[in-house]
Amino acid sequence: MLKLIPLFPLLGFLVNGLWYALIQSRPGAKKAGSTVTGGLASLAILGSFIVSVKVFLQLRGMPEASRVIEETLFSWIQVGDLNVPMTLRVDVLSTLFTMVISGVGFLIHVYSIGYMSHDETPGKFFTYLNLFCFAMLMLVMGANLPILFLGWEGVGLCSYLLIGYWYTDDEKASAGKKAFIVNRIGDLGFLLGMFLIFTTFQTLDFVEIRAAFSNSPTGVLPAGVTFETLSAIGLLLFVGCMGKSAQIPLYVWLPDAMAGPTPVSALIHAATMVTSGIYLVARLNFLYSLAPTASVVVAGVGAFTAFMAATIAITQRDIKKVLAYSTVSQLGYMFLACGVGGYVAGVFHVITHAFFKALMFLGAGSVIHGMHEEQDIMKMGGLRSKMPQTFLVFLIGWLAISGLPPFSGFFSKDEILWLSFASMKGSKVLWAMGAMTAVMTAFYMSRLFFLTFMGKPRTHEAEHAHESPFVMTGPLWVLAILSAIGGFMGIPPVISEVFGAHDINWLAHWLNPVVPHHVELNPGTTHAMEWALMGLSVLGALVGIFVAKGLYRDLAKAESLKQKFAGVHNILTNKWYVDALYDAVIVRPLVNFSKFLWRGFDVLVIDGFVNGLGRLSAWTGNAARVMQTGSVQTYAIMALLGLLITVGYLVYGLA
Amino acid sequence: MTAINPIAFYLFAGVALAFSVMTVLRKNPVSSAFSLVMVFFSFAGIYAILGAHLIATLQVLVYAGAIMVLFVFVVMLLNSDSPSFDFRRTPALFRVAAGLVCAALFVLFVRVFKNSPPVLTPGAFTAEAVDAAGGNTRVISELMFSEYVLPFELTSVLLLAAIVGAVALAKRHSVAKPVSKKGVAHVAATR
Amino acid sequence: MSLPPVEPWVVLAFSAAIFFVGLFGLLVRRNLLIILMSIELMLNAVNLTYVTFSHQLSSMAGQMSVFFIITVAAAESAVGLGLVIALYRTLKTVDTDEITLLKD
Repeated sequence: MLKLIPLFPLLGFLVNGLWYALIQSRPGAKKAGSTVTGGLASLAILGSFIVSVKVFLQLRGMPEASRVIEETLFSWIQVGDLNVPMTLRVDVLSTLFTMVISGVGFLIHVYSIGYMSHDETPGKFFTYLNLFCFAMLMLVMGANLPILFLGWEGVGLCSYLLIGYWYTDDEKASAGKKAFIVNRIGDLGFLLGMFLIFTTFQTLDFVEIRAAFSNSPTGVLPAGVTFETLSAIGLLLFVGCMGKSAQIPLYVWLPDAMAGPTPVSALIHAATMVTSGIYLVARLNFLYSLAPTASVVVAGVGAFTAFMAATIAITQRDIKKVLAYSTVSQLGYMFLACGVGGYVAGVFHVITHAFFKALMFLGAGSVIHGMHEEQDIMKMGGLRSKMPQTFLVFLIGWLAISGLPPFSGFFSKDEILWLSFASMKGSKVLWAMGAMTAVMTAFYMSRLFFLTFMGKPRTHEAEHAHESPFVMTGPLWVLAILSAIGGFMGIPPVISEVFGAHDINWLAHWLNPVVPHHVELNPGTTHAMEWALMGLSVLGALVGIFVAKGLYRDLAKAESLKQKFAGVHNILTNKWYVDALYDAVIVRPLVNFSKFLWRGFDVLVIDGFVNGLGRLSAWTGNAARVMQTGSVQTYAIMALLGLLITVGYLVYGLA
Repeated sequence: MTAINPIAFYLFAGVALAFSVMTVLRKNPVSSAFSLVMVFFSFAGIYAILGAHLIATLQVLVYAGAIMVLFVFVVMLLNSDSPSFDFRRTPALFRVAAGLVCAALFVLFVRVFKNSPPVLTPGAFTAEAVDAAGGNTRVISELMFSEYVLPFELTSVLLLAAIVGAVALAKRHSVAKPVSKKGVAHVAATR
Repeated sequence: MSLPPVEPWVVLAFSAAIFFVGLFGLLVRRNLLIILMSIELMLNAVNLTYVTFSHQLSSMAGQMSVFFIITVAAAESAVGLGLVIALYRTLKTVDTDEITLLKD
């Protein structure tokens, strides 16, 4: 049954793709509308969502320790010691991911039917989208690293195709290329980490790698494996995660990736693909928890990314760019959680983030749709009355991401903040960065919200904005409900105790067989501290919201503040000059070096060599032409000279 | 292996060597041809000394007879006895080079022949055995129709091909396709 | 006068001598007919080595080979002379200095 989950999107991809490639793409052929192609694609995803839920229910019916379903399709690679079967495995962790991917994916597919209704090639769009879902499902269902890598590369390819979907626009095509190239750097790390895992454990299967730990003679490390090796593996794989999940220093592609259609931003660059790095770390949590260096790096990079991306998001004017930096920031949170040992918290945030960020992206898409492709929030305003449905769902998303109880973002974010403070691996610095990020998140999201929906319309388009059709608002409502209540799957014990219940953190118990929820806490941490921190973060969120409200209700105030802090504002508008820095330090030297290679090496050496060869043969040909008398006897005497040399060598040389 | 009679061998060998040099160096193709005849006869003698009686006979019949007649016939037919055919006309450097290459190769060959003992084990057809079996001709004939019957038959095909080829080559090609019976008759008449 | 019996290698050396005389003729003469005669000389020299080996090794294979070579030689001279005649008819010469079709 497992194979049905990726099979449906694959079929959808094949049907839509062949239909498009063979029939619709012909010159003069009639293009199929988004209703038919999108309906087909949505049905495919719906199919895999239903199967995913069935698998989930089946897993729930099993005893806790043995909640694994495995299916081997065929033997994929078999070389020497390396044996990679095409095995799908769904356990407690991946079943959550398959449901999120296919569930959110389905909603976004449905939404796309409306969003892409004016597009010229919806067939192509839905083909890519289905292929993406197939690859993403393979990524989370693969039983070993190569299958995961297959999906990893597949989603990267689809990401590239969909970012550059409107490839006639040069800027969008370059954005696609940028995403692809930056991801390549990360993939190198992933591959090296995979190789190191194979040489260390002689297997690439997750369960077998894990068994090496539990069967180890010392009780901690498998025989012949050192902490240094584990750290190296962890760091190399994390380089891959940096690329895919947009962490410093490889995050630069994600903001540019907003060049793609908005549903793509929602599905790939917010809800699913970018979280595959967290999936990988959570999947290998047993390895990371024994690799302290790697964990410190993961937590540090995560916290720093969260902080920096949030600062950039404050000044962005493009509604999608704000959300993109917000995504980078939230991904940083997830890695911060994994780095301090809170893998469950990381996965929890992946799920809630998938809900509210997909909601916000789709809401933004709805706004952009209603505003006739206008993305600048400065040109919006007052959309509350024009787009009431979008306003309501966006409100829920805004509250969720700001971290106000009882919306989903509150629970997951608070757990991360608490663990970054209280965990043995955590520290006050990490917590401070996380908390500041939380305040900033509330601030820039409120800014976005107020500038877009409140106040008075600032442009003609904003006055005449129209509400999106039901096919778009429907999925928004589903996501809004999920964003509102999704947090209840992971209620921390400290809250449930108040209500007299024992421990109703469902997610932590569910994941326990694969991702242990127990985190080693600092001695001396108390419930009081947890409550205090919780209150502090809610307070911070409220401060962020009210500051934003005060500033952006009247734009003049914001403008004067901007004048006052022009220097800081400049740095933030220019994204800390990271792109400029990369351009100066990496891109331009590389281009110059390539030019040097082209002019110096290619033209002079290679071309010179090749042309020289040509000239040499022309010259020898001219020289040898004298010998070509046409007289057979001259040829014969030359042949005989050769014979003389050969026979002379045979007689004297060999003797 | 019976001993080779030295007097008869050196006699025939001397004649053959002298006339072969003449064949190569004589200006007149007709005298070259007649020198070649002498070489062929001497070779027949050497074959006989070596006990290859049938080959000796065939040498006289085929080479000294048939092939030589053919040569002399063609020489007469072309009648191209001109001074330009003198080998001295070729460049001196070329002649010296050819001579040196041939001499050097000859030295190498002789060295090999002299210093390398035969590696094959002797066969059953000693002179006594051949005599007992009824003589050289009989032995060869029996072999020809038993062990070598397939190459022998193939040879006849080869000869047939050669006949066809020779006729096709020597045939005068009509300049244009015969367009009428008259044209065909005209070509036939000019032959 | 009593000479020692002739060693087989002497016969072989003699046939090599005839062979290279023929080769020399092949290289330096410009008359196609003489060139064909030189080739006949070389063929005969090879025949003699066959017969010598046949004698030396008490084997009939050598003589059988010679038999076939003679047949092929007959065919060869028939075709070769036919070629000479055809060539003469086309180019009005049998001088190899003037037959340099390979160059043109």
